[in-house]
Amino acid sequence: MTAPAYSPQPRIAPGETDVPRPLTARRGTQDRAFRGLARGSGGLVLGMMALVGGFLVLRGWQALRVDGIRFLTVQQWEPDSHDFGIAGVLTGSVLIGLTAIFFALPLALGTALYISEYAPAFLKRTLVSLVDLMAAIPSVVYGLWGFLFLQQHVIGVARFISTYLGWIPIFKVDGADPHNPLINLNVYSGSTFIAGLTVALMVTPIACSVMREAFSQAPLGEREGAYALGATRWGMIRTVVLPFGRGGIIGGTMLGLGRALGETIAVYIVISLGFTIQPHILQAGTGSVSALIANHYGAATAFDMAGLMAAGLALFLLTLIVNFAASAIVARSRSGAVSEA
Amino acid sequence: MDLYTETTPPQPQPEPQSQPGPATPPAGTTVVAEPGEPDRPERRRRTGGFRRDDLLALLGALAGALSFTLLLFTQLAPFDGLIGFFVVGYAAFLVFYTFLVALEESWPAVRDRLASAVVHSIALLLLLALGDVIVYVFSQGPQALRHLNFWTQDLRAAGPLQPLTIGGVRHAMIGTFEQITIALAITVPLGLLCAVFLNELPGRFARFVRTIADAATALPSVVAGLFVYAALIIGVQIGPVHLQIQKGGLAAGLAISVMMLPIIIRAADVVLRLVPGSLKEASYALGAGQWRTVWTVTLPTARSGLATAVILGSARGLGETSPVLLTAGYNTYTNGNPVQGPQTSLPLAVFKLVTSGEPLQIQRAYGAAAVLILVVLVLFITARIIGGHGPGHLTGRQRRARASASIRDLDRILARTAQNGSLP
Repeated sequence: MTAPAYSPQPRIAPGETDVPRPLTARRGTQDRAFRGLARGSGGLVLGMMALVGGFLVLRGWQALRVDGIRFLTVQQWEPDSHDFGIAGVLTGSVLIGLTAIFFALPLALGTALYISEYAPAFLKRTLVSLVDLMAAIPSVVYGLWGFLFLQQHVIGVARFISTYLGWIPIFKVDGADPHNPLINLNVYSGSTFIAGLTVALMVTPIACSVMREAFSQAPLGEREGAYALGATRWGMIRTVVLPFGRGGIIGGTMLGLGRALGETIAVYIVISLGFTIQPHILQAGTGSVSALIANHYGAATAFDMAGLMAAGLALFLLTLIVNFAASAIVARSRSGAVSEA
Repeated sequence: MDLYTETTPPQPQPEPQSQPGPATPPAGTTVVAEPGEPDRPERRRRTGGFRRDDLLALLGALAGALSFTLLLFTQLAPFDGLIGFFVVGYAAFLVFYTFLVALEESWPAVRDRLASAVVHSIALLLLLALGDVIVYVFSQGPQALRHLNFWTQDLRAAGPLQPLTIGGVRHAMIGTFEQITIALAITVPLGLLCAVFLNELPGRFARFVRTIADAATALPSVVAGLFVYAALIIGVQIGPVHLQIQKGGLAAGLAISVMMLPIIIRAADVVLRLVPGSLKEASYALGAGQWRTVWTVTLPTARSGLATAVILGSARGLGETSPVLLTAGYNTYTNGNPVQGPQTSLPLAVFKLVTSGEPLQIQRAYGAAAVLILVVLVLFITARIIGGHGPGHLTGRQRRARASASIRDLDRILARTAQNGSLP
């Protein structure tokens, strides 16, 4: 090789201007085809998601135009007499979601902490795949379990709570009489509480995996710093892991809430569907937008179907808002949680 | 030598470990006191671990809580119920455990033990709940499953009054298989291509697509069903053509695809992001184009992870009920044709059987649910076996295969060199 030695002086004749060399590579046909195809697939996926929203708006519009604002305030579902609204079922969905999150949050938080902080190394991967397995168990199986197994064990608890805490409005159960030994326990079955418990098990895995990921990113320097200052393991978790994972905890909880709002089959199997607002979470009969759709699509006329599409649109928008907020929180906590060490 | 803190540059001094007596350090050197017995190798101290007292406190608290709760439930108070027993017992355990630990530890240590006990028990509770769901279904399932006809017949002759020796879920198994095949045929190429796009062509558009795909992973599955219903079963008028398909396997497969696609994109995206950049750069440095790099380097490196993503995605897809409920129709006879007539899938069969409320139909529902869980479990174990390794990690067999391929290449090059007289 006889390359000229590097000289610091630019080899430009006086009077010439230095033109930067173009750095773009020429792509072959194969590459251009590939890039086009890949972009196309991205566009296709985007288009499909837009179509989902678009079609719901298109078909639901017919019902929304007739119903107007009453769609959000009416508590019954009779589209044929143009008297229908989702006030009751939407409240039911939200209450079921909140009940589910009330139980799922400690479960997910504890399990995530256990996997990331306490579990011995050889157990970690097994535990992670068990939690993944839990997310993959079909919802109809959870529904079956909640309806036929969980319910009979939980009704006693519901009766206990309503007997002793019934003075708190949400725990009140109409028609329940704790002093009557022959009481029909059906007033406690098919309630928001039981549906929420069942859904809690279904949304715990997603919340747990988001939290676990956030916890495992807590920086090693700060962890060891806490230990060096004499912290116990819990002291370290409380001062390092939990603050760093706060975004993950909030985001994971909201993602879980989004799933819980949209859950259909398990809720439908467990609850006794009603259309009025049911603020008593232990009482039989509650609503859910998705259960309404699953229940009514069968015998629906064209206009009924438009109403169901509008209900689906409301559910779609609600979960979309919750999920966008959740992923924004998770993403921001991820970029913000950079270690100084 | 790492143990010693030195303030001056190391002097050529005799090995301190081999000297019988303490070596006299040069002036100005700070030397930490030597470990006690220099002739024995230093034993590593265990910083964590379980001491005998911890174990005794734990067992004592457990025994105390159990006796207290038993006494309360059988003798003292009018309590009953399994769940109440566990709740009271757990609270009693926490109180006793706190007290026992507080006897000999300081307050921060007590809080540490208490937090540890709570975290362990929550994880245990979750695993118990998971185990309970699976065990419950598997304990109820065999009543229907043990009859061979459950696997080989469909439900056309099995009403709520027919015994379990008549009827089965063959039609639902065929339906599930066909619908998931349709869904995979759509989502695997499209999903993987889109994941490659997100990784290979980064930019504003890719970021936008990723955000939308992420949000769509949480799309309520009933909405996916409604979409296919609104778009394809009601049909759309495009100019003179009325595009419409009837309820059945194809519509169900499409609805499952809408739901599965974001899941597969997201999982594959995460896997592809882990492919080491150095491998791709090596490929570019050898003169390969982008497509060639993707095809021969990126995808093969991530193969096990991608297979896992697809398998887990199909486990999710084949367990979905609500998209199928709206789009597949329901029937009780075997229909192998996805484009004509209603077609039942396993989760849909479970749903219809359990909501019928008839005891024998519920037994059949348990059987079908057990089959469903079995399929999901098999898929999961397969995914675990295939996807046990990170990207670029090779099993012994793969490594030997690569080594012999590389030897073959060398032989080929040498042979050509011998033929041409020089390196090509």
